[in-house]
Amino acid sequence: MQRHGLGQNLARRNRLDRLFKAVCLTASFSCLLVLLAMLVPLVYNGLPFVDWQFLTSFPSSRVENAGVKPAIVGTFYLMAITVLVVFPLGVATAVFIEEFLPRKSVLTKLVRTNVRNLAGVPSIVFGILGMVVFVNALGFGRSLVSGGLTLALMILPIVVITACEALRSVPKSIRLAAYAVGGTRVQTVFYHVVPCALPQILTGLILGVSRAIGEAAPLILIGGLTYVAFLPENIFDSFTALPIQIYSWASRPQVEFHHLAAGAILVLLAILVLFNSVAIYLRAKYKRRW
Amino acid sequence: MTGERRKPHPKTSWKLKNSSKSSWWSMIESVLFNAVRISGCSTILITALIIFILAVESYGFFSEVHLFSFLFGTQWTPLFEPKSFGVLPIFFGTMMIAVASAVIAIPIGVCVAVYFNEYASQSFRSIAKPILEILAGIPSVVYGYIAIAYISPGIRHFFPEASPFNALSGSIVVAVMVLPMIASLSEDALAALPRSLREAGYASGATRLEVVSGILLPAAASGIMASFILAISRAIGETMAVTLAAGATPKMGVDYLDSIQTMTAYIVQVSLGDVAQGTVQYKTLFAVALVLFSLTLSLNLVAGYIEKKWRVEI
Repeated sequence: MQRHGLGQNLARRNRLDRLFKAVCLTASFSCLLVLLAMLVPLVYNGLPFVDWQFLTSFPSSRVENAGVKPAIVGTFYLMAITVLVVFPLGVATAVFIEEFLPRKSVLTKLVRTNVRNLAGVPSIVFGILGMVVFVNALGFGRSLVSGGLTLALMILPIVVITACEALRSVPKSIRLAAYAVGGTRVQTVFYHVVPCALPQILTGLILGVSRAIGEAAPLILIGGLTYVAFLPENIFDSFTALPIQIYSWASRPQVEFHHLAAGAILVLLAILVLFNSVAIYLRAKYKRRW
Repeated sequence: MTGERRKPHPKTSWKLKNSSKSSWWSMIESVLFNAVRISGCSTILITALIIFILAVESYGFFSEVHLFSFLFGTQWTPLFEPKSFGVLPIFFGTMMIAVASAVIAIPIGVCVAVYFNEYASQSFRSIAKPILEILAGIPSVVYGYIAIAYISPGIRHFFPEASPFNALSGSIVVAVMVLPMIASLSEDALAALPRSLREAGYASGATRLEVVSGILLPAAASGIMASFILAISRAIGETMAVTLAAGATPKMGVDYLDSIQTMTAYIVQVSLGDVAQGTVQYKTLFAVALVLFSLTLSLNLVAGYIEKKWRVEI
């Protein structure tokens, strides 16, 4: 750039600069436009279907009778299992990495790299893992518990990574204070460090779970059904879930079923918004400044 | 005496304080510690299990189908006669989606990152960042629905010869899915640069465009390149959107208006159908998943390597 003189080229350079700014601004606004362009037709097509009857009916081959009750119930069961598994496992793994492993060793490096790479493994590969381990080897069958465990393994890396960050952000003074009054390492970690990091850990957990809520691919491999006319009674029952239901309706050729899918998508998005607002609320309420 | 106070024996002082329940607590403590140690290794166990399962089942597959004809065969018809197990068509399908979505998403993503970092006001960022987060949080199956219900008809409006399922609509939604990732990772890379770099540029009379293109982007190249590769890896692993949008006809060719099949879409197709365990069709699942896994894993490793090794020390 120094090669250009400041004189006659300046006007051209400024023009280019303004053009570049305009391009960048357009790119940023296009994100908003894309979001609107997706949501408006979804709401327009889907909202007429979302009523009490839609939420409390079973799927049906007749569009006007069809509903998402088993899918909603299945999704909530799956989430409960996923959270129960992934929270203790994720926190324990993060505590292990951040608090108990030596700072700089080959093992630490290996575990960290492994978690990072696991976060990049496609969800469908986790589906295959769940299919072989939970459905076949452990004999849980095509059940809620298989689905929930698979989703838990899938979001484990996300939860671990955010929990590690949370633990790292707890200031050293907390640890030192706990040691100073005679706490052991385990006492320090579980009475002081983890409670301090808990709000941030919970935020990560909710982000992970909201990814699991929308995930259909592993559940299809686990054998989530696309047509279910009953509610699961226990965790070893077969199941359907909202994303599977959406997939099944969206893959039909008839346009009416597409509109049903749009309705189910609105229900799914509503659940996601609910979850994320809880995360934002928690983050705001318990945010600590050290 | 002072020496004693300076160096109290940690265990003694701890026992003194909890003398009544020391054995009880030490038991709890060792249980907790061991629980943490065991679950800490769970992530390694998961990786090991994935590799083990894919390797064992693929080994079974390759004892029936020759590795060479799998990797370089150009016919993928495992589910009907005459059976043929050449993975190239679905590999091509995956690559078509990955390349096209990268071509769409990378320039836009970088522009968004630059705008956020160099031009946008605080209030603009506080509105626009959540929009990116929402785009990143919308489930894949929803994008798939949008592709077949809205984008594909739109494409057919302009190109009447396009198939209802086509690679283009799949690429567009995958681009929207990976865009937030490119934008936020590139933005992080740009934000990590020291202020002095920008100011040196402005002080030498450069315009913003020249500062961005001549100084900031090259200095942040490692992080930005890593974000591109991670986005491509994500596009390769993307499943539901391409399953719904791009169709189920494995094909060699680069016609974006035609129906194709990706590796992930094939896995979904097989698991939806009734394929008996132990058959060679069932084993194709694992062989395809192994290709998918090795591809995404190596891309992720390359991204990590680039981020570390190309980093400009400032």
